Amino acid sequence: MTKSILLVGVGGQGTILASKLLTTGLMEAGFDVKMSEIHGMSQRGGSVSSQVRYGEKVESPVIELGGADILVSFEKMEALRYLNYMKPDGKVVVNDYEINSMPILSGKAEYPVNAVEVLKSKATTVVINAAAEAENLGNSKVMNIILLGTIIKAMGLEEIDWEKILRDNIKENLVDINLIALETGKNLV
Amino acid sequence: MKKLMTGNEAIARGAYEAGVRYASAYPGTPSTEILENIALYKENIVAEWAVNEKVALETAIGASMAGARAIASMKHVGVNVAADPLFTVAYTGIHGGLVLVSADEPGQHSSQNEQDNRNYAKSAKIPMLEPSDSQESKDMTKIALELSEKYDTPVLLRMTTRVCHSKAIVECVDREEKEIIPYKKDINKYVTVPAIARKLRAKVEERQHKLLDFSNTSELNFFEWNDTAVGVITSGVCYSYAKEVFGNTVSYLKLGFTQPLPTEKISEFCSNVEKVYVIEENDPYIEEQVKILGFQCFGKNTFPPFGEMLPEVIRASVFGETLPTVEYDEKEVVSRPPTLCAGCPHRGFYYELGKRKNVLVSGDIGCYSLAFAEPYNCTDHNICMGASMSVGHGAQKVFNMQEDSNMRVVSCLGDSTFFHTGINSLMNVLYNNSNTVNVILDNRITGMTGHQENPGSGYSLQGDKTVTLDIESIVKAIGFKNVVVINPNDLKAVKTALDWALSLDEPSVIITRWPCVLKKFSPEDKEEFKDAFKTYCEVNAEKCIGCKACTRTGCPAISFDKNEKKSSIDKNSCVGCEVCLQVCPVKAIGKVEA
Repeated sequence: MTKSILLVGVGGQGTILASKLLTTGLMEAGFDVKMSEIHGMSQRGGSVSSQVRYGEKVESPVIELGGADILVSFEKMEALRYLNYMKPDGKVVVNDYEINSMPILSGKAEYPVNAVEVLKSKATTVVINAAAEAENLGNSKVMNIILLGTIIKAMGLEEIDWEKILRDNIKENLVDINLIALETGKNLV
Repeated sequence: MKKLMTGNEAIARGAYEAGVRYASAYPGTPSTEILENIALYKENIVAEWAVNEKVALETAIGASMAGARAIASMKHVGVNVAADPLFTVAYTGIHGGLVLVSADEPGQHSSQNEQDNRNYAKSAKIPMLEPSDSQESKDMTKIALELSEKYDTPVLLRMTTRVCHSKAIVECVDREEKEIIPYKKDINKYVTVPAIARKLRAKVEERQHKLLDFSNTSELNFFEWNDTAVGVITSGVCYSYAKEVFGNTVSYLKLGFTQPLPTEKISEFCSNVEKVYVIEENDPYIEEQVKILGFQCFGKNTFPPFGEMLPEVIRASVFGETLPTVEYDEKEVVSRPPTLCAGCPHRGFYYELGKRKNVLVSGDIGCYSLAFAEPYNCTDHNICMGASMSVGHGAQKVFNMQEDSNMRVVSCLGDSTFFHTGINSLMNVLYNNSNTVNVILDNRITGMTGHQENPGSGYSLQGDKTVTLDIESIVKAIGFKNVVVINPNDLKAVKTALDWALSLDEPSVIITRWPCVLKKFSPEDKEEFKDAFKTYCEVNAEKCIGCKACTRTGCPAISFDKNEKKSSIDKNSCVGCEVCLQVCPVKAIGKVEA
């Protein structure tokens, strides 16, 4: 059975590295894997998504509406935006983090005040504060690896040798803090 | 060796494995990464950014003529630019294998139109391959080069966004060196004067017959027989989507070689299934062939005529419903359109230009396309690469015919777009005695596609130092007398330049020169822009009167607290361009060393 993981956020938040590590681990574990992203105009400041699918044989590289087993959102409003990609019994992991878009910055619209409550009323939702956790670890940039940790735990992928994947793909001096970040993420779910 | 690769990376790998020696492209989403990845094989392949797609294809034709395997890649609209050489190299044929990669954009994620470039292959009568995933992207690149040499023709490799940008597992092998075939002068093949071209035209027809035989027998077009109540004919990524929805409950005719289409296989398939669905993105290219062969099918009467044929689209079209999902109110979500970055050098310029009345802002293709939107509300149109100055010229001529019109045209394009085709339009402006204001927004790099070098940046695709073409010198050499170079972050300088240019009854050129905030600085940039991005701006809350003037610069680093009625600046995003500092009426914004 093919599993589908949807990572969403705002351009520049590091969804791409998280999904790269995830797909590499899944491939090395022997799964067929496909991953899809849209680059281009949405690159900077726009809404971005990485779609990861794995299983014995994966057909479509993109997740169908109603097809995601888990939605991991690096930003609250983006979780709302992609809710209809979820299976009705899918899980949401949402980072308690707000990034205002231009209509909000310019005062034309309000940031949804109760994003987390709406999410909780719609789906099984875990709220984490990856930014604060990352600050605690002393490096705000490991937020994406904390979120990767939550995916690994939520999808039951702990058996894969993630330490090796991180060592192979991350600069040597940053491996240790990222390993701690990964564990932190796992413990949040 | 197995690797996860995007379709674009896989094409690059295929080119490497197939012994390609020369590659050229002009960047354009979703094709850009093809050449960026080919460029990594620096020891084996010469890879270059061309100034535009026509030049890219022509240089690849030259490399092929001189005996090397060659590739040119571009986005779908780029093939329009390259169409002139394409239709004639289709007659002359090739020497070393020649492949043109066209990356089409069903759904228009980053494009101004959704044209279906399969029509180009049909119209130019050249073979075409359509990969459906990364492995096929690699394999078909190699097959395309072989077919090119076997049938003496350029080959179109037709990609789409999802194949370009989706990753899947690819089995890689070693490179097989292809010796350069010694050059041979052959005027009866390459000199396309009418007497010779007419003979070549007949050869094209012969080739088309041979290609039809290949299409009907090739394993690139294959059946997957399951239940025969329903049969699906499909190509490209739509094959994956159809498999996702139907699995093994229907039979498939999967087409990988699609010019010419395999008429015999299509007839055999349609004769053996009860109901035929043709699932394809963009035009009814396969569907029309099925109908010409006399079979009924469900195509564009069942599926949407445009956009992506994603699994949910197929499911809704065939079964009338999509999968159950989590319902929510879309009104709860605020849109998140792309914006000019904090520190973007286009901000200051468009902030000032947006204040002008009776001005038509003739736009072009680049990040500055976003200047049509709030809060700048500047750009009136953008048609295609390089069109700003020529469309602007035509409009100005008509405004000038009307005595009661005081409309002036300001045509704006970026540095890379200037080199692409804008330079031709600018020459036309001067030659035809225009009085437009022509602005070259030189941010020292090709921005929107993700920072590719260009003739003005001083570096080549493969990282070598090269000649820096100086835009100011070029413009003056063309013959422009009224030329000024300004820093677009200096609002006074922008205003003065616009006042001056609009006061002239002659054509003028304003060059804004400041680097893209995301650019990795070259040693020359570090020298020229010593103080760039070393400060950030800060709002003094006590002085701030809550007038929101700073938010009207459209900077994503600035936010306004409605309760406190104060602006603030995110110091992690701010790079100290100081545009907001200049618009603050009470000098509440100050500069801090980063």
